[in-house]
Amino acid sequence: MSALKIKKGSSSHSAYDLRSHFSDVIERHTLAVIVENEPGVLARVIGLFSGRGYNIESLTVAEIDHTGHRSRITVVTSGTPQVIVQIKAQLGRIIPVHEVHDLTVEGPSVERELALLKVRGKGDARVEALRLADIFRASVVDSTLESFVFEITGTPEKIDAFAELMRPLGLQEVARTGVAALARGGDSIV
Amino acid sequence: MTKTMTGAKIVVQALIDQGVEVVFGYPGGAVLPIYDEIFQQNKIQHVLVRHEQGAVHAAEGYARSTGKPGVALVTSGPGATNAVTGLTDALMDSIPIIVLTGQVPTFMIGSDAFQEADTVGITRPCTKHNWLVKETDKLAGTLHEAFHIATAGRPGPVLIDIPKDVQFATGQYTEKSKRTSHYNPQMKGDIDTITELARAMETAKRPVFYTGGGVINSGPAASQLLRELVEATGFPITSTLMGLGCYPASGDKWLGMLGMHGTYEANMTMHDCDLMINIGARFDDRITGRVDAFSPKSKKAHIDIDASSINKVIRVDMPILGDVAHVLEDLLKVWKANGRKTNTEGLAKWWKQIDEWRAIDCLGYEQTGTIIRPQHAISRLEALTKGYDRYITTEVGQHQMWAAQYMGFEDPNRWMTSGGLGTMGYGTPASIGVQMAHRDALVINVAGEASWLMNMQEMGTAMQYRLPVKQFILNNERLGMVRQWQELLHGERYSSSWSEALPDFVKLAEAFGAKGIKVDDAADLDDAIQEMIDYDGPVILDCLVEKHENCFPMIPSGKGHNEMLLRNAKTQGAITATGAVMV
Repeated sequence: MSALKIKKGSSSHSAYDLRSHFSDVIERHTLAVIVENEPGVLARVIGLFSGRGYNIESLTVAEIDHTGHRSRITVVTSGTPQVIVQIKAQLGRIIPVHEVHDLTVEGPSVERELALLKVRGKGDARVEALRLADIFRASVVDSTLESFVFEITGTPEKIDAFAELMRPLGLQEVARTGVAALARGGDSIV
Repeated sequence: MTKTMTGAKIVVQALIDQGVEVVFGYPGGAVLPIYDEIFQQNKIQHVLVRHEQGAVHAAEGYARSTGKPGVALVTSGPGATNAVTGLTDALMDSIPIIVLTGQVPTFMIGSDAFQEADTVGITRPCTKHNWLVKETDKLAGTLHEAFHIATAGRPGPVLIDIPKDVQFATGQYTEKSKRTSHYNPQMKGDIDTITELARAMETAKRPVFYTGGGVINSGPAASQLLRELVEATGFPITSTLMGLGCYPASGDKWLGMLGMHGTYEANMTMHDCDLMINIGARFDDRITGRVDAFSPKSKKAHIDIDASSINKVIRVDMPILGDVAHVLEDLLKVWKANGRKTNTEGLAKWWKQIDEWRAIDCLGYEQTGTIIRPQHAISRLEALTKGYDRYITTEVGQHQMWAAQYMGFEDPNRWMTSGGLGTMGYGTPASIGVQMAHRDALVINVAGEASWLMNMQEMGTAMQYRLPVKQFILNNERLGMVRQWQELLHGERYSSSWSEALPDFVKLAEAFGAKGIKVDDAADLDDAIQEMIDYDGPVILDCLVEKHENCFPMIPSGKGHNEMLLRNAKTQGAITATGAVMV
């Protein structure tokens, strides 16, 4: 039960910040939740967020260890420091939850999301879409004479920016995976 | 060693191996194989309740009065949905119970079969954990794990949903000892913070122990250590509704219960203290009142086994995550090793102040004339039953608060009441659960007539198993607490808060085969109570009391601890617009 290692004043910016847990500032945190891969475990996590009125900005889940029956849920949430501490403690109470890590607090981390975007257009718009895709290092995974499907990987902000640019060029549909995140450096949490 | 047997037999074998003696339940199609196994053995006694809600509350009463987990067994669909209130009640009050539900066979799940419900889905938010077991081989392990999870750490209800084909099929039985669980909550508290608290205790001028149900749940050793700590330090002690009995009410350091209907001295002590030591309580809204006015001048320590309780409502300076008994043991050790120091001068002043608050006599009342005051009824019940091996259960409302105020509890596990959820209808089945565990004890359910009617069918259970539970009904022909709030908050418009067409409780008792007594004159009260005690069997005592009595003291919603309403207070406009939205 790692949930309550209440570090005084931990924050996204500095481990030595001594702000009150009861401040009103809304912070965005990325949590990595390692769970037993069993039926209903995702419902328990989601039910906790909806039942207690916490925010989910992004949620990703997949099995990461088949033999060990482990899944990793990456959840991006926001709230005051007090609420963030509560969320972690409440997650820690769920029986099939093995570990809760706050990647935002525990050091630098990398976050990536994958998106597929369908863009429909002809003439200059089509050329412009392809040119922008190249700048964003998006690749074409499907093509017709009138459309492209782009695959792009990056931070959520990068995908937002790319989608915004595609909108006037004939953006039809977007599918996003949600955020996957890992701590930087050689240490691992599982 | 593993043995092969049917799923139904595995269930019964696992219960026996876990030391279960009593199961409260109600049969139905989806649990018939388990009932068939129960029929063919005599180690576990099954108590047939009259409604599944009653089974769960009875299991709660059993658990709270023994410290052992309670077990309930119900069928699929409506059996399971009827258990939901009891599960939620147990979750809110941290009561270890195991509820077994039948389910339609695995191949019919999802087909909207007869008496099918998504039981694990429905009960996910109202259990500590739950399981749907789809393979007979996994049944034994799951059952053993369920007992571990229900009782370890912060206790709570668990549920196992067992499809009927899993009960019929054969599988391997694995024994209890073979189990390993990753769920092993931390018991020992952080010694540095404990030392910091011990230091704070040495210098505090106005300390108070604020104790709760966590002390009771931690076991008898925790209550023993708490008593030692209170006697050694001489600090005043108060408790929540859930913690009554962890420190004896006859002790001279006892301030009475705190909170919305707590004593004046307890709430003022909490408000003015400079060191608050929360032991196994959770800063519930019935305790804190207005959060920003809650004990503004104090340093706060919080001992709790549940990390999510710490800093949830009130920010504390010394969080100690651990089991109450373990932490108190260390705290006593450290404090003694450092020379058993307290601030004697400060404490003497503090007690002088507390004695002034006590002199207000906030629970005083006058019993004049023939109409029985409810406070008087409870006081007489207390006086006449004090010498007995006594267990008290309650329903929910004014009578519950009066019982908490006017009865004294000397030991833990003697007081069973629905605290967090506030479940009307809890007391009667709970009294049955208690009496099953303590056959020779005097078990009394202090009730209001409205609450009592919610699970009165359980009188049938009491009769069938010859359980001499005493139903002490304070009958004001009102939903008393609702009426009180309507008086305080809704301009005395008593919308649907009176009980019309009440049954004749004496005849009702007789219809069940129990004894009925009615008393409406203060002069006859003692005789009626004594008659109830002396009768060898279930009794319903219909005690007609003053109809418009309010429960005081009271912290109105949205007010701080130092803004209590005392008796004879002007109640109109006591709750402001901001307080009115709170419950």
